[in-house]
Amino acid sequence: MSNTPAADAVWLMYRRDLVLAFRHWDQVAQPVVFFAMVTTLFPLSLSPELGELRQLAGGVLWVAALLAALLGLEFLFRADHADGSLEQMLLSGQPLALLAIAKGAAHWTVCGLPLVLVSPLLAIGLGVPTDALCAVVLSLALGTGILSALGAIGAALTLGLRRGSMLLSLLVLPLAMPALIFGARAIDMAIHGDVTRGPLLLLGAMLVLALTLAPLAVAAALRISAE
Amino acid sequence: MNWTWMHKFASPPHAYRLAGRLAPWFGWPAFLLIITGLYGGLVLAPADYQQGDAFRILYVHAPSAWMSMFIYATLAVAAAIGLIWRIKLAHAVAAASAPVGAWFTFLALATGSIWGKPMWGTWWVWDARLTSELILLFLYAGLIALRASIEDRERADRAAAVLAIVGIVNLPIIHYSVYWWNTLHQGATITKLGKPSITGDMLWPLLVMMVGFNLYYGAVLMTRLRAEILRRERDASWLRTELVS
Repeated sequence: MSNTPAADAVWLMYRRDLVLAFRHWDQVAQPVVFFAMVTTLFPLSLSPELGELRQLAGGVLWVAALLAALLGLEFLFRADHADGSLEQMLLSGQPLALLAIAKGAAHWTVCGLPLVLVSPLLAIGLGVPTDALCAVVLSLALGTGILSALGAIGAALTLGLRRGSMLLSLLVLPLAMPALIFGARAIDMAIHGDVTRGPLLLLGAMLVLALTLAPLAVAAALRISAE
Repeated sequence: MNWTWMHKFASPPHAYRLAGRLAPWFGWPAFLLIITGLYGGLVLAPADYQQGDAFRILYVHAPSAWMSMFIYATLAVAAAIGLIWRIKLAHAVAAASAPVGAWFTFLALATGSIWGKPMWGTWWVWDARLTSELILLFLYAGLIALRASIEDRERADRAAAVLAIVGIVNLPIIHYSVYWWNTLHQGATITKLGKPSITGDMLWPLLVMMVGFNLYYGAVLMTRLRAEILRRERDASWLRTELVS
């Protein structure tokens, strides 16, 4: 049993995951590039007219971000599972749910936050007016947080399975649909000059709920998968 | 409180025999009720003043939709019991229920789509109820796929149980999000007749069908549970004596 306070353990875990992630810059960049590419597919396949794209921008940005966020999830626990660190975490005596929050937060910093940061550029490319960029950033910031929380459950459940990545998407996507509905809606309303408070508050509520309950589910799933 | 009855109930040999005895008690009433309900719905009930005879698919559609949700709830409760008290039989109930629930969900979608053709003029409308049924089908698909891809049975049981509990927590959120999404986008253009105040002639066959479908699920569950127990206990000695005698 360790004597490290839980808060320190969480901070150490968060820092460790960031250090490990930033040793591979290419992997940090991949979701962002993927996000940009998927967004580019829509003007190419639908129409180059900014007026038309603007109508679809909310949905396009959200679907692309959702897929990009899913990409990185598979690696959330995989390395720790492979090299035995996960077992050490289980044995460390630290609350596993808190460690799961730390890992989820690190994953969001590496995988979700960059998507949020580049989203205004892509939104402008889709003809979103500058007044609405704030809503784009806010809705994706809340949304990628929800995705990281829900995705962590899927990643923990599918840990070590063959063909786990496809299964992971199958498990997480239906759970993420409510976030998609309100996230895309918020952007859409902002583009039309409406007040986006409602959907953003709902997204915030979903994020709070996910952050409260998901770590418990992740901890339970990790215990099952690591046995 | 004395919990020994629960352990007896949960022991595979006892459950195997009990399920075998119960199956016909669910099956025959289900058969009779569904026949009665179909006759009442397809022959006795008057044609709808707006929809004519097309509304009669309601007698399959509504009970299927009800069952799709009822089975998911049953499955999640069974999974939670299995996870918390480590009762293997509860996991077997959850495993046996998932495909049945998925088929009822599919049936609800298919009949809804067939109903939509004469009513809305298209096979598919992004109606709130149909869409949430579709997402429910995805949830079932995830459960079945997760269980199928884990080879170790105990891990499969417990992982599927966690997913089922996550799903049941999310189900109301998904349901209401889809409702709001639909009203936000389309307004009330398609109300699907809302919830029409239905006359008694039309109502009783529906209720009979619902009870019939529930009993049918009971019968299928008992049979599938027996198959599931056979699969899980295939090396157990009680099974050999049971099958020989």
